[in-house]
Amino acid sequence: MQPFLNQIWIARWPLWEGFLLTIEVASAAILFGTVLGCICGIQLVYGPAIIRIPFRVYVDVMRGTPVLVLILAAFYIPSVAGVNLSATQAGILALSLFAGAHIGELMRGALQAIPPGQAEAARSIGLTFPQTLAYVLLPQALRSALPPWINTGVELIKGSSLLSIIGVGELLLKTQEVIGRTFLTIEFYVFAGALYLLANIFLDQLGKAIERRVQGR
Amino acid sequence: MGYSLQFGAVWASFGNLLSGLALGLGLAVAAVACGTLIGLVAAFASVSSSRIARVLVGGYVMLIRNLPLLVLVLLVYFALPQLGIRFDKYESFIGALALYAGAYLTEVFRAGLVAVPKGVVEASRAIGLTWVQTNVWVVAPIMMRNALPSMGNTFIGMFKDSSIAAAIAVPELTFQARKINVDTFRVVETWLVASGLYIATCFAIAALLRRLERLFPKF
Repeated sequence: MQPFLNQIWIARWPLWEGFLLTIEVASAAILFGTVLGCICGIQLVYGPAIIRIPFRVYVDVMRGTPVLVLILAAFYIPSVAGVNLSATQAGILALSLFAGAHIGELMRGALQAIPPGQAEAARSIGLTFPQTLAYVLLPQALRSALPPWINTGVELIKGSSLLSIIGVGELLLKTQEVIGRTFLTIEFYVFAGALYLLANIFLDQLGKAIERRVQGR
Repeated sequence: MGYSLQFGAVWASFGNLLSGLALGLGLAVAAVACGTLIGLVAAFASVSSSRIARVLVGGYVMLIRNLPLLVLVLLVYFALPQLGIRFDKYESFIGALALYAGAYLTEVFRAGLVAVPKGVVEASRAIGLTWVQTNVWVVAPIMMRNALPSMGNTFIGMFKDSSIAAAIAVPELTFQARKINVDTFRVVETWLVASGLYIATCFAIAALLRRLERLFPKF
């Protein structure tokens, strides 16, 4: 135990940086993914067929491909197209596209669960469609989409560990570097696991707290 | 720009991709089979009257669901040997994926168990079936029917997660695609073909599962 505590003290800054980058990458992905997912969900339910089809294809392609393949594709493909992305940017791109598809699908479910009478009522009292969306449909959809949305956040924190494979210096890669130096394999993998666990449990509890607030109208 | 797609190099190694795909499916089947056993035991434990069993199952599910699979895989493959427990890379990966699938399937089966109407259990007890007989002949079939769609989803998820085996050099589809990528530099083509294979397989599994569901009567 003593050598482990010494090593963890020596490696505290790299590990802290890695943990921060994990949180940053996951937050960026959930942010972009939520924007993308809301657009996607709205188009899937209310868009005309010509727009619905490409969004449907996007959602199905993203949901049928492993996250690791998305990450590797986002890392290798843009450079061929002449766009230079850093490994971190490529990782955020892949995770955002992944999150966008999942959030799109859960927004679609949430929007479809709202009785159609509500949209009709909103139209009949003279609200335009954007107003109906903003004041009637989205507030309800967001509330019922909250639990699966938190799940997607947990998936993203977990998925960000895959970025270590393309060399993004997040928590897992920093941990592997420390293990390469110290050979304390079990200790540091367990430590990294505990950090992921803590971050996810915190997110989970945060979600539950928000849920209680929005439910207790 | 000015990149022209040339699939020749990828088609030349298409056989490797297909064998990688088969290996990935095999890993997923093995893991889900073991995970189903874990999940069944854990689900029945989580609805049992034993407080200790419930707490243990709750801890297992919470722990595994919040850990990245890659960390779990690396732990099993690189850390367990330090404790004198050695598995080869296939066994390590199947073990890690089975633990992972087990946690998700525990939730799936638990939801299936909770959805079994109470009256059914009472009725079978009333006609003289023992607790074991009730669970095996009455509760389990209804639970399985309830759980089937989610089990299918879990299987598709585990098939996609089999890509993570590439990290410990198990030659499944992603590993083969990376190899072609590095050997030939046909970057776009390789990932298009690999993604296409994954998507096509996921769709095929989903279609198969829908047919399977229709074979079972609804309750």
